[in-house]
Amino acid sequence: MIDKKWIGHELPASVLPIERSRLQFFAKAVGETDPVYTDAVAARNAGYADLPAPPTFLFAAELDSGAAFRLIEDLQIPIAKLLHGEQSFSYHRPACVGDTVTVRSTISDVYDKKNGALEFVVKTSRAVNQRDELVAELRSVLVCRH
Amino acid sequence: MNLPTFATVQVGDELPALQLPPVDRTTLALFAGASGDHNPIHIDIDIDVARRAGMPDVFAQGMLGMAWLARVITAWVPQSRLRRFDARFQGITHLGNAIHCSGRVLEKLDLDGEHCVRIELKSANQFGQIKIVGEALVALP
Repeated sequence: MIDKKWIGHELPASVLPIERSRLQFFAKAVGETDPVYTDAVAARNAGYADLPAPPTFLFAAELDSGAAFRLIEDLQIPIAKLLHGEQSFSYHRPACVGDTVTVRSTISDVYDKKNGALEFVVKTSRAVNQRDELVAELRSVLVCRH
Repeated sequence: MNLPTFATVQVGDELPALQLPPVDRTTLALFAGASGDHNPIHIDIDIDVARRAGMPDVFAQGMLGMAWLARVITAWVPQSRLRRFDARFQGITHLGNAIHCSGRVLEKLDLDGEHCVRIELKSANQFGQIKIVGEALVALP
């Protein structure tokens, strides 16, 4: 069982610089062909300061930093039993190339269903830019399937 | 791009759908690198994590499916209009699955002083098996 003591646990901050080549790589990986996501001129014409991070990109912050994997280890969830159950984003302002986003997460809930056959971990996060302006809020539900 | 407006959009309207090619290993490897999700379960059958998880082979990252679903929204309105995006991962996307992403206007509402629409989103493979159900909140002029 995942110990409920983890409720309230704060993950170390993850700092994600928004970089042009990474966004172009991400666009390629997801098949995105809209030039707003690959061409700075198209992005500026669309009203962005530079290429915008696409809607799900900020999830990379805690993967790049290793915080996401460290959490799974801390919670002692075997990787083979781990599923991503839900993911939410609330958007407050764009993050564009040149911005640096910092994501800070808290474990907001740990619970189980079906007499422990399924365990759930809820992580809520705030992403701010280099001016400490709120960029997005994230919520992840991780599932450990026994 | 003919931008939708609050006045012209009606409940029940379908957003232009997105059809993806069948998932292959290259796509999963590229997304692993681009997204930062280096979990071998999605890219490496040799170290056997996927099989130990009871999966016949590597399978797609959930966030790849969510990124595809996001493309339905951003092809319809500029991303700066997106206020909220939620996904529930309901099924594993296997190699060879050709994912179809669709969206439909569920509700028109005013929220925080903005005209908004709530969009129901769904992705399914070529056999009609649901992979993700989601919702987006979009502000319209």
